[in-house]
Amino acid sequence: MAICIQSNQEYRHSKLFSIWRGIRRNTLTVIGFFIVTLFLLMAIFGPLFVPYDYAEQNIEKRLQPPSAEHIFGTDEFGRDVFSRVVVGSRNVFIVAGSGAALAVLLGLFLGLVSGYWGGLLDDVLMRLMEVMMAIPGLLLAMLVLFSLGSSFYSVILVVGFMYIPVVTRVVRSVVLDIKTRAFVEAAKLRGESIGYILFREILPNVLPHLAVEGSMRFVYAIFMVASLGFLGLGVQPPAPDWGFMVSEARPFFSVAPWVLFFPAASIAILVVGVSFVSDGLRRILLPGGVSSDRYA
Amino acid sequence: MLAYILRRFGSIFVIMFLASIIIFAITQFLPGDVAQLVLGQFATEEAIANLREEYGLNRPFYVQYLDWALNFIKGDWGDSLVNRMPIFPMVMSRLRNSAMLALVVLMIYVPLGIFLGVLAALKRDKLPDQMITTVSMVFVALPVFVSSLLLIPLFSHYLGWLPANSSIHPDSSFGEALPFLILPAIAVALNSIGYVARMTRAGTIDVLRTDYVRAAYLKGLPRRQVLFRHVLRNALLPTVTIVAMDAGMMIGGMLVAEVVFGYPGLGRLLLYAMQNQDLPLIQACSMVAVTMLCLANLVADLLYGFLNPRIRVK
Repeated sequence: MAICIQSNQEYRHSKLFSIWRGIRRNTLTVIGFFIVTLFLLMAIFGPLFVPYDYAEQNIEKRLQPPSAEHIFGTDEFGRDVFSRVVVGSRNVFIVAGSGAALAVLLGLFLGLVSGYWGGLLDDVLMRLMEVMMAIPGLLLAMLVLFSLGSSFYSVILVVGFMYIPVVTRVVRSVVLDIKTRAFVEAAKLRGESIGYILFREILPNVLPHLAVEGSMRFVYAIFMVASLGFLGLGVQPPAPDWGFMVSEARPFFSVAPWVLFFPAASIAILVVGVSFVSDGLRRILLPGGVSSDRYA
Repeated sequence: MLAYILRRFGSIFVIMFLASIIIFAITQFLPGDVAQLVLGQFATEEAIANLREEYGLNRPFYVQYLDWALNFIKGDWGDSLVNRMPIFPMVMSRLRNSAMLALVVLMIYVPLGIFLGVLAALKRDKLPDQMITTVSMVFVALPVFVSSLLLIPLFSHYLGWLPANSSIHPDSSFGEALPFLILPAIAVALNSIGYVARMTRAGTIDVLRTDYVRAAYLKGLPRRQVLFRHVLRNALLPTVTIVAMDAGMMIGGMLVAEVVFGYPGLGRLLLYAMQNQDLPLIQACSMVAVTMLCLANLVADLLYGFLNPRIRVK
């Protein structure tokens, strides 16, 4: 009985709701796309137009509230917060973006190999991935950065390697599904080369998953880079790192909240924007699919 | 069931063994010269040679590893390089504090995540579902330190309900610590509520579509009874796994939250050890964190096997 009532209601409202749903989904994706584009433009062109040098100190003008001269105010060294946030956006895109790209490329390779050939290689790789996932991600990153020392490149490497297991598993599961399909069997019977089968038959079917996965990795790379920066293990000062700027500004929060607010808000807005885009990508590219992955 | 338990134990043991090799290799071999790293770049040749001798750093990798691993299992974790205090009791006291925080985090996000997930599934595609899905998507991706910095001004500066700083005495009892645990726990939980809610929503929607739920409704059972007896019992099974899969993320989140709020847990100890190049302490903290994650996975596996008899025979 309950079911009948419910489905009647659904029927009556379905058109209205589907339109409203469509708008909402589109709206979120559009908002996300707008945010990401804005930040990307800021990262590319912003540093050319910033009013001050991001590292220029001016002790006389420390902790000044936002004004016409310094629109985001100044920090405890008298540095212009706006210039630092803008230049910092470039670092976020380069570091988190390269990290995510590294994870996607290596994960794609390992997933293809592991899924297609299977056997011992697959067993060893999967066990290795399992072991990597047995170490909490942030802990693994901290340990490696402690040992290697934090630099631009070591942060990229750490973030990249950290997300390889997740990407590999996604790619592998898609390959396992695709390789039993008739068109792959047909290609094998035609005597196509392994390269052809992998790249022309299987890869196109992996790509939508990879695109969604890549966008999600970017979200979590920003998350991770910001967290590492906050802990003082990110890109080293004086290079402006949003996470580190937040931790530097904390002691001055009660007197100068703007120093903390702008980098923190930038992280929040960018991360949310990218995850909206990622969600939109999932709806468009993989309709009906619900990933059980935490990072989905 | 016994065979299932033994198999899970065996697999966890292998994973922990391999993870310990990775941790040891990263901390002791990746830096190149550990003695240099510990003593800093201005150390004398003699001091470096002494430290190498004292810690047996001239021995081959596998000897050093076995020595370290056996001592770890025996509970003989050595002394901290910074304050020369034995590491084991120090780490255990911090572990207890982190466990208290973890308990509060779980008490917040598991019931809330399940409730929101079921609500979203029942109101599928309607306003509550849209709101829950959107809001949880925002919080899942927000780093813990950013959400903490939203919570602190609101709950402690503006409303004045909860303390902004949780740097309590490390030996405080749970009751004493509780007011200081709530705000950091909320910050960590926000990251996971959305995840649990999304997975519970998906699980519930799947179960709502099954024939036995349909049959239960057609039998004329009240909605509430169908929901609790038929739907939730099956929909919540995957949630156990979800919570375990999220444990790694939660440990990372707690680590950041402990630093933000100054709470004396394992995470703050680890960061302190790193800032002071205290290698034995770093290794001990890391191994304890890995052990906790593996145990969480083991408990989830066993619980899942216990709740779902089908899995045991496989």
